[in-house]
Amino acid sequence: MSGPRLTSQDPRLLRRLLRAKDRIDAASHEAWPVRRLARVSGVSEAHFARSFKEAFGLPPHRYLLTRRVERAMAMLRDTGLSITQIAFETGWESLGTFGRTFRDITGESPSAIRVRAREEAHELDRVPGCVVSAAHRPDLNIAVSEKRRLLAGVMEGAAETEVP
Amino acid sequence: MSQGVDVVGLYVRDQDEALAFYVEKLGFRVHTDVRNGDYRWLTVQHPDQPSFQLGLFKPGPPIHDAATAQALEAVVAKGATPPLVLTVDDCRAAYGQMSARGVEFTQEPMDRYGTVDAGFRDPSGNGWKMIQARR
Repeated sequence: MSGPRLTSQDPRLLRRLLRAKDRIDAASHEAWPVRRLARVSGVSEAHFARSFKEAFGLPPHRYLLTRRVERAMAMLRDTGLSITQIAFETGWESLGTFGRTFRDITGESPSAIRVRAREEAHELDRVPGCVVSAAHRPDLNIAVSEKRRLLAGVMEGAAETEVP
Repeated sequence: MSQGVDVVGLYVRDQDEALAFYVEKLGFRVHTDVRNGDYRWLTVQHPDQPSFQLGLFKPGPPIHDAATAQALEAVVAKGATPPLVLTVDDCRAAYGQMSARGVEFTQEPMDRYGTVDAGFRDPSGNGWKMIQARR
């Protein structure tokens, strides 16, 4: 992986890419295929994912996963919804994928996070919600699939794909 | 009040565009708009807050070299600037008016933490949270 570098992207392009990121933020439970995001940004599908990654440091699909996990963490903390309900409300199509991705990103299971979050006293109601969610955003700087491979060592014959 | 914060500035990509946004869409007033060559000192003010000015500054010469100016514009365009908070009496009403004027909302009003908040951006990318004042 290359280190951070100064961007040479046109600020006008960045502003349009930000619009796609904002749309993911506003509705991370929805499906965000590249075609849809590229249309929001007015960029060709071929260039969108690369431009987004260059601008924000991670590919759009991974960004979407972090937002979903972040929302799920907030719901685990703040609501009494079951883990199954939370998985479906945050946009996963299967409980298994949710649990696995959640653990890959946070290092803990949804139920463990729920127990711990409730034990911690929060004084967050004086901070605007967007700041709270940004501060709680899981730091996902390598691909979930890479992380899985690193943890599992060499998994033979396991061609896993991310389908959130 | 004779002491305190008087001006806080934002970086914007185009001062005319920013001026139109903050005045026509948000209802701010121009406080100061003076030029010296290429440099333009532009500040606006919330109508209810005469002791505070919001500066709308364009990165560039003579303050910044071209590469620095572009880096600053990029930071704003990526939405990476610090949070800004606008307090309103009625978040949903303000959302309705501002949407009708074409403000780009990033979050519709939602009930949260005992109040209502929404989110929008200015044309350059500066992100605002709009929070209903607690009564």
